[in-house]
Amino acid sequence: MKTNHTKTIALACALTATSLLAGCTMAPTSAQVDEATRQVLKSSFREQGIAKLDRLQLDASNQACSDSEGNTLDDKLGKAIEAENLKTVKFPADGKLLGNWAEGEKIAQNGRGLTWTDSAAAANGGSCYNCHQISKAEVSYGSIGPSLYNYAKLRGVSDPAAVASKPIVDYTWGKLWNSKAYNACSGMPRFGHANILTVEQIKDVMALLLDPKSPVNQ
Amino acid sequence: MKTYLITTLLGFAAVLLSPLASAQKTTAEGIAEYRAMLADGNPAELFEAKGEVLWKQARGPKNATLEKCDLGKGAGVVKGAFVELPRFFADTQRVQDLESRLLTCMEVQQGFNAADIAKTRFGEGEQKNMESLVAYISAESKDMKFNLPQTHAQEKLMYEVGKKVFYLRGGPMDFSCASCHSEDNKRVRLQDLPNLTKQPSASVGFGSWPAYRVSGGELWSMQRRLNDCYRQQRFPFPGYASDATIALGVYMGVNAKSGVSTAPALKR
Repeated sequence: MKTNHTKTIALACALTATSLLAGCTMAPTSAQVDEATRQVLKSSFREQGIAKLDRLQLDASNQACSDSEGNTLDDKLGKAIEAENLKTVKFPADGKLLGNWAEGEKIAQNGRGLTWTDSAAAANGGSCYNCHQISKAEVSYGSIGPSLYNYAKLRGVSDPAAVASKPIVDYTWGKLWNSKAYNACSGMPRFGHANILTVEQIKDVMALLLDPKSPVNQ
Repeated sequence: MKTYLITTLLGFAAVLLSPLASAQKTTAEGIAEYRAMLADGNPAELFEAKGEVLWKQARGPKNATLEKCDLGKGAGVVKGAFVELPRFFADTQRVQDLESRLLTCMEVQQGFNAADIAKTRFGEGEQKNMESLVAYISAESKDMKFNLPQTHAQEKLMYEVGKKVFYLRGGPMDFSCASCHSEDNKRVRLQDLPNLTKQPSASVGFGSWPAYRVSGGELWSMQRRLNDCYRQQRFPFPGYASDATIALGVYMGVNAKSGVSTAPALKR
């Protein structure tokens, strides 16, 4: 594998210039970088436990957001990715979107699941506190995502069952199910779409955010 | 005497760093306070001392020392080598980081099987010795500035590949290295995350590994640090000293240019 990599680079140099010396001081072209990256990934990773190699196969969203290297996507591409992801959002068959906020708090606290040291049988956590402030009581929270403290209160939701609350409640479900439906390169996992959390778990996290009795809205 | 001092201070440090004691402080404040307490008593020194012995000790099937190992600045030159790695090596025709280069030297000069060492679990067998070797070699460049060469085409290519790998989003959670390490002043829980895309934060992050980790009482190499990042990123398993990890080393190291190396540092 390493020999392949060396060959790719040698070939890349030979192709770009007449003399090896000149060729090997030039910056690589994007095609050369892409090909070398493909070879490097192929030779570097192996499966371990539940972490199989298909995790390196990117869907259109992840491909576009990887290629953009942190820059904002072209508007048209961004909108197209969001539309594709929005199509994947599934609402629960029973029409009930809110579960138990206390269970939701446990899921938000739990950062386990899906690593090569985890088992497929164990329920995954939502890892929410890794990136967000949520309840006031938990001081160990991350700052990668925005604060979710007073989530429903700030959005004027005092009765999640009210017709007036429906747009925010539905949006929140959609955001948890597939965050890329609203922001093509969102840093947030697609909890429903990627089968990270179950429908029941998402209902519980919904309650944590939207139930007026949840500590989030005190 | 020094060992006794380190053991005592370590006890203090464990108390200081307990979640309850540090919950109201930022991790950086806690760590800074605790580094000051330890002064020059970083337990990594024990690994450094053992690493120096290992470097000069005749070992392996060929019963040879590593004193003829070329880490990039000529056979046997240790001082200053760490802050110029990863770099291109003519004999292997590859860009290598410290650990992949050590594997080459251990195979060529001492007769060990590099592939077997690469397959060994962290903290076991020759991987245990690797911890001490990287502690010793990085310590010989302490307080020196990162200055990775970017003249050879393979070094330039590996920087660009490293950038691609850094931004590669995949796995069930759509995470990349950039998810945590491309913005300033971010945290996961209370853990500060260095922005590895630019100075001065790139050298703060890249320049502090290898490091002694108080939580596990172990010396973690950069390879081990990257391996655990990928585990938490929910990716498949990166091979020890694989090209993806070396490319990331080039990307981070070049971004850290002119920053100071503090390795082997002290970590939670």
